Amino acid sequence: MTRTVAIDLTVNGERITASVPSRLNLVDFLRNDLGLTGSHVGCEHGVCGACTLTVDGVAVRGCLMLAAQANGCTVTTVEGLSDQGLSTALQAAFTKRNALQCGFCTPGMLASALAYVNAGGTDDRDAIRAHISGNYCRCTGYQAVVEAICDTIKEART
Amino acid sequence: MFSVMGGTMKAPDFDYLRPATLDAAIALLASSDGDAMPLAGGQSLMPMMNFRVASPSALIDLADLAELRGISRDGSSIRIGAMTRYAELAASAEVMAALPLFGMALPHIAHDAIRNRGTLGGTIALGDPAAEMPALALALGAKIELAGPDGTRVIDADEFYLGYYETARAPDELIVAIHYPVALSDHRFGFHELTQRHGDYALAGAVVARTAQGHRVAFFGVADRPLRLPALEQALNTNPDVQSALHHLSAIAFTGDVKASAATRQRLAAVALTRALQGMTQ
Repeated sequence: MTRTVAIDLTVNGERITASVPSRLNLVDFLRNDLGLTGSHVGCEHGVCGACTLTVDGVAVRGCLMLAAQANGCTVTTVEGLSDQGLSTALQAAFTKRNALQCGFCTPGMLASALAYVNAGGTDDRDAIRAHISGNYCRCTGYQAVVEAICDTIKEART
Repeated sequence: MFSVMGGTMKAPDFDYLRPATLDAAIALLASSDGDAMPLAGGQSLMPMMNFRVASPSALIDLADLAELRGISRDGSSIRIGAMTRYAELAASAEVMAALPLFGMALPHIAHDAIRNRGTLGGTIALGDPAAEMPALALALGAKIELAGPDGTRVIDADEFYLGYYETARAPDELIVAIHYPVALSDHRFGFHELTQRHGDYALAGAVVARTAQGHRVAFFGVADRPLRLPALEQALNTNPDVQSALHHLSAIAFTGDVKASAATRQRLAAVALTRALQGMTQ
C-alpha cells in the first residue's frame, strides 16, 4: 500500500532505513521512531519554530515535512549538532548568556541561529531578530538569545 | 491563518505517491477523481492537513519532476519553474535583477525555514488571499503555464483567482511555470504589507508596478482573493496623489475577522498603498 512508505536517509551521520506511515511527519519520526527527542513539537502548523531542524544543510520545519519526503535526505537534529560549523561556539554562547530558561524552544532556536551564523549573517541586531522571528520563546524575551548569536558572530571574526 | 483549533493536530491518512515525470503526475491526478492533491513545498498544505481543513485521498509529491524546475529568461520574459523554492528565488541574481518586486516581497514571506521549502508554484496554486506571490503576479501581469491531460495552456494571472482559495486550475492540472515580464529601466515598483508580527500573513498589503502603460496595483489580505482595482489604477494614472484615489478602496468587499474588522482592513489597505507608493524604487 502507498500508505506505508520505505525511506532511506541519514540522521546525525547514521544511515537509517525504515517503513513509515505516509502521514507521519519528520519530527514525529525522529522523536517517536528514532528516540531523538531533542527536536520539540509545539504548534504543529509551522508557526512556533520548536521543531526546526536541518535537512540537506538548510533549516526546515520538522512538522511541515513528511518523513516520506525525507527519503534520500541528510537530517541533523540538536543531538547531532556538534560537527556543524559554529554550533559548539553557539551552544557555549547560549549557556554563557543564559539564552534559555525552560529550554523548549532551544533546539529549534539553535537550528535557526546556526543557519544564520553559518551563512555569514552579520551581528546587526535587527537582522538577527528578523531571522529568529519564526522561533517563539516564551521565557527570555529574546534579548539573551540575540546577545548569544551576536557573541558567536563576533568571536568567529576574531 | 485558520481558526479551527482543538482536537487532533495530525494529518488524516492518505496515499503518498511520488511520480518521476510530469505526465505520470497528471495521470495520477486525472485518475483520482479530484480527491488527490499535488504536494509542492507543503508549507501551507501540511498545516491545512494537520488542521484537517484539507483531507486529500492522496498526495502527489512533485519533488522529482524536473519539468517543474529551472529559471530561464527569454528576451522580455522570465520563466520560473513552479517547484522553485522561495530560498532559490532569493538566491537567484537573475530573478532579483529581472523582478525587483521579488526582492521586496520575499523577506516578508514567513521565515527562513519556511522559505527553504515553500515554492512559487505552490503559493500561486493555493491562492491564499493573504499571500504575497499571487498579488505580485497580478501587479506584474504574469502568465501561468498549466499542464493537464489535454496538453498545456497559458492563462493570465488576472483570470486565475476566482474566489476564496479558488483558482482556474482544474483538479487534474499542474502549474508548470510562471512567466513574468522583465522589469525595464523606466519601471518602478512598490510593496508594503501590515502584519501583527514579522512573517505573519498580512492584514493588508499592496503591490504597485508603474510602467509606461500606467499603474498596476494589487491588494492582498483584504478580501476573499488577491485583486486589482482598475478604477483606482486609472485614478493614480491621472493624479499621482494617493489621497485622491483612496475612495476607490470602498469597492472592495473587505474581510472582517478576529484579527481585524472590515473597516480596519480598509484603513490598513489605504496605509499599505500609501507606503508602497512612498517607497517606490527609484
